[in-house]
Amino acid sequence: MKIIMSGNEAIARGAYECGATFASGYPGTPSTEILEEFAKYEGVYAEWSPNEKVGLEVAIGAAMAGARAMAVMKHVGVNVAADPLFTASYTGTNGALVIITADDPSLHSSQNEQDNRNYAKFAKIPMLEPSDSEEARIFIKKAFEISETFDTPVFLRTTTRVSHSKSIVEPEEPVKPEKRVVERLDPSKYVMVPFNARNRRIVVEERTKKLQKYAETFSENRLEWNDRKAGIITAGMTYNYAKDVFPAYSYLKLGMVHPLPEGLIREFARGVRKLYVVEELDPFIEEHIRAMGIKVVGKSVFPYTNEFDPGVVEESIKGRPVRSVGPQNLNIPPRPPNLCPGCPHRGLFYVLGKMKVFVTGDIGCYTLSFMKPLEGLHSCICMGASIGTAHGISKALREKGKGKVVGVLGDSTFIHSGITSLLNTAYNKSDVVIIIADNSTTAMTGMQHHPGTGTTLQGNMTATLDFEILAKGLGIESIRIIDPYDLKNTRSVMKEELSRPGPSLVISRAPCVLLLSKTTLRKKTFRIDEEKCTGCKACLGLGCPPISWHRFPEGSERTVPGKTKKQEGMATIDSAFCTGCTLCQQLCGFKAIVESGEVS
Amino acid sequence: MKNTTKTILLAGVGGQGILRASDILSMALMASGFDVKKSEVHGMAQRGGCVTSHVRYGEKVYSPIAKKGSVDILLSFEKLETLRYLNYMKPGARIILNEEELFPPSVNLGEADYPKDVVETTKKYFKNILSINATALAFQAGNIRTANTVMIGVVSRYMDVTLKTWGEILNDAFPKKLIAVNMTAFELGRSA
Ligand SMILES: Cc1ncc(C[n+]2csc(CCOP(=O)(O)OP(=O)(O)O)c2C)c(N)n1
Repeated sequence: MKIIMSGNEAIARGAYECGATFASGYPGTPSTEILEEFAKYEGVYAEWSPNEKVGLEVAIGAAMAGARAMAVMKHVGVNVAADPLFTASYTGTNGALVIITADDPSLHSSQNEQDNRNYAKFAKIPMLEPSDSEEARIFIKKAFEISETFDTPVFLRTTTRVSHSKSIVEPEEPVKPEKRVVERLDPSKYVMVPFNARNRRIVVEERTKKLQKYAETFSENRLEWNDRKAGIITAGMTYNYAKDVFPAYSYLKLGMVHPLPEGLIREFARGVRKLYVVEELDPFIEEHIRAMGIKVVGKSVFPYTNEFDPGVVEESIKGRPVRSVGPQNLNIPPRPPNLCPGCPHRGLFYVLGKMKVFVTGDIGCYTLSFMKPLEGLHSCICMGASIGTAHGISKALREKGKGKVVGVLGDSTFIHSGITSLLNTAYNKSDVVIIIADNSTTAMTGMQHHPGTGTTLQGNMTATLDFEILAKGLGIESIRIIDPYDLKNTRSVMKEELSRPGPSLVISRAPCVLLLSKTTLRKKTFRIDEEKCTGCKACLGLGCPPISWHRFPEGSERTVPGKTKKQEGMATIDSAFCTGCTLCQQLCGFKAIVESGEVS
Repeated sequence: MKNTTKTILLAGVGGQGILRASDILSMALMASGFDVKKSEVHGMAQRGGCVTSHVRYGEKVYSPIAKKGSVDILLSFEKLETLRYLNYMKPGARIILNEEELFPPSVNLGEADYPKDVVETTKKYFKNILSINATALAFQAGNIRTANTVMIGVVSRYMDVTLKTWGEILNDAFPKKLIAVNMTAFELGRSA
């Protein structure tokens, strides 16, 4: 049977088909759906771990116990998991361990554009790279086999276009691999003290040699001889882009990008008149080929940044832009992503944006509040960085920084990597106010559970992390809870906490609007009372999507209600999108925002 | 080998049901014997930002995204979004646009005007334009949330998919109680 699947769904399917029973990880676009889909198959165990490091360690353990285990994360997640990664390469896996890294060329949903092929070389671990969903389903199985055969962790790398594009897949029935069990783990292989690790270093180099040999005959490293005028070496999605525009050229399509098959590359290079490497981001394959002494065209014509498409490949090789009859430079208002109508983050960041404080931010939906008109967040580096950077600023500014530094992060981000840095603010005593914007979910990546929600990935009830008790235990003395829909109280609690010495924690608590059912939400919605609106624009400061400003037409005689001054325009609220959160009503000084009646 | 891959580009704003619509188009095309690939973007971009999906079909499809200047049909779910993708269209391409206007932030804040001449601007480059009010037709069908099914109905006229296949696909695509209203929405779009 044929079905249409995304690359992520196909990876989950392939893992299930080859008897993987274990998966762990942390959400992150574009990887998230792999674990969500895998978790639905019968007889498997899957978990959201608090962060990628824990996720990888858990999978290492599962593989040690003999399972086929998979750790799933986005590219920057591998940074978090890098510590166990590099040493797991030494210990080997016993069972099978596949680490999925989902890279994001063009930074569709990421803070950087790192090329994780470098991790394969750096950690001395083989890496496979599928180019579409059917390959994703097949390659994950090969990855498990390679892991078992060579006793090594294996990377499967996708990019956003592979993870989120959909194409036709022909699923197979699942098979049960023979069970590997362990009686006792050999300490010389698993206790990585210098004495043992030195010996494992040698094993790793020998393993790489064996893998280099294996790569020469690996079924997914494929020569496609055609017109020999030009040959393209490529892997992953860029293979499709190139085939789309240069179907007549010859190809060496690499299914394994580390280690590279030098023999195959030499054979291919000899067989074509001009050799190209088509790869997004770093010249990873290109540098290797150059080091082999082979002449090749790569980044001298192709861009380093952003994902490609068939047009980019054509333009780079032909050296002139692709033809397009459409207009090139229309002035179209941009449409950046925005906080949803009714989002609990809006009230909090409205207040922060109006205070004279520096707000170190973090990663989540709330990061969007750096934009106009809220402008309530002033830095964002990586998950968890808000607390550490706030502490650093406060320490560096000393007296001048008192009452001026706030760090904000979401609940999932706090659990991911904020706990140790909150401990640091207590231990090293800084004058910062840390805010957890607790919306009871991991909203940015599509509403995943985490240890603070009391439910697991597979839907089981479990222990719920109590932020207040945790913070007390860490040594934070002042802990306040606020409702971010109450602007006045939010402002006064912030003022109080900023004026006290020592770190304090404010928990801004209200569930994400997307968690609320239609019945609890929208009990009422609001509209503008046209008689009363003065056109003062106060409500526009929220950047709430249903609220918009309309200039009165040329020649309008309207004056500001109760005044003789001419009125320029007024606000309107699109009731169809209003959730009734009341923020705009709290801001209106003219009682011009009124209930538009019961909503059925 | 001549490249016979066709592309439909769906464009609009997060929340308009564009990914769902492109899924349904893809399933109908696969059921009609084509190779199909489609692209979409998840995550941050979906929070009220621009959303696009390329649906590509033919005998053998390689890339799930099309290059500029090569798309056959633009199915634009929001009026001004049409303009954003005109440079993806090939000469003589067909443009289908929904007249619904959703204001971007700069327009909401009164800093920019919503473009008034979307259809006129488009006409300068492409003659083949069909401008419809999918929201009104969805309302007429009985559920305002079926505007994306109306759009599927419109574009169905230009695809090699039989009415029988459309019937089967739509039947499978919705929960039982929503099938009838979506069928009506599809019909209204198809005859718009
Ligand atoms: C190391 C790392 N892992 C994962 C991500 C993807 N990611 C971005 S924000 C986020 C969590 C957001 O949740 P939360 O902090 O609760 O804020 P919310 O979006 O709910 O407001 C995740 C998982 C990332 N950017 N970096």
